[in-house]
Amino acid sequence: MTEYVIRFLVGGAVVSAFAMLGDLLRPKSFAGLFGAAPSVALATLGIAVYQHGADYAALQTQAMIGGAIALAVYSVVVCHLLVRAKLRAAPATLLSLVVWLIVAFGVLTLAGGQTRSRSAFRRHLSRKAAGTNT
Amino acid sequence: MIRFALGGAATVFTGLVSSRYGASIGGLFLALPAIFCASATLIEKHEIRRKREAGLACERRGQMAAAVDSAGAALGALGMLAFAIVFSLTAESSIAAAFMGASLAWLVISVAAWYVRLKTRSVQRVQSEQKGSDSAIPRSR
Repeated sequence: MTEYVIRFLVGGAVVSAFAMLGDLLRPKSFAGLFGAAPSVALATLGIAVYQHGADYAALQTQAMIGGAIALAVYSVVVCHLLVRAKLRAAPATLLSLVVWLIVAFGVLTLAGGQTRSRSAFRRHLSRKAAGTNT
Repeated sequence: MIRFALGGAATVFTGLVSSRYGASIGGLFLALPAIFCASATLIEKHEIRRKREAGLACERRGQMAAAVDSAGAALGALGMLAFAIVFSLTAESSIAAAFMGASLAWLVISVAAWYVRLKTRSVQRVQSEQKGSDSAIPRSR
């Protein structure tokens, strides 16, 4: 329970700091950069390093690459829904979360598949090498 | 206050997902746009209020302000991608270097992407203005 309270406080503080920085800056498109700041990532990775070590945090950031690609697609979709479909911000951002989920898990599956096939290939090579040596 | 609560909730949620489904699935949610949803809605509301006070048509302007913010967020996502790549490459050698290098990568890539977009848009604007003035000359004759 204490762990989640600490997570809440640390995450809230880091996110608020980035959001306040974004509010101070102009123009709006530049301030928008801080809307996609790795604030949750910084808080979570800090706790992950403290609890589980560097390897665990590195594994999390490898998966985060998929999440970041999905975030880029998500932001473009939200922009188009607001400009072209003339949706309000709340429905546009919430509906686009489906796109984020699809892209994020799609990239993770694709990357996972590639990692699996690469490791299978390595196993195949090592077995082959062991076969020729014996 | 809303952002503090949302940021805290997003961090707790990511921790829960990581402990339940493992580091890979949890890692995906490090880039969840939970805070962006709140930011875009707040920006739209503020813009609508500001324009209403100025006596202007407000709803469309609010949507456009949120759209500009989301365009900025798309560029920020490129920075986040750089953050994740640098951190995953350097974490095993030095954690302090990983945090500093990844944060620097986020800042440099985000600002560079924003600057390139700004320049591209200003060049496009000049070209369209030139086209407009060229087409206006024959019409005036």
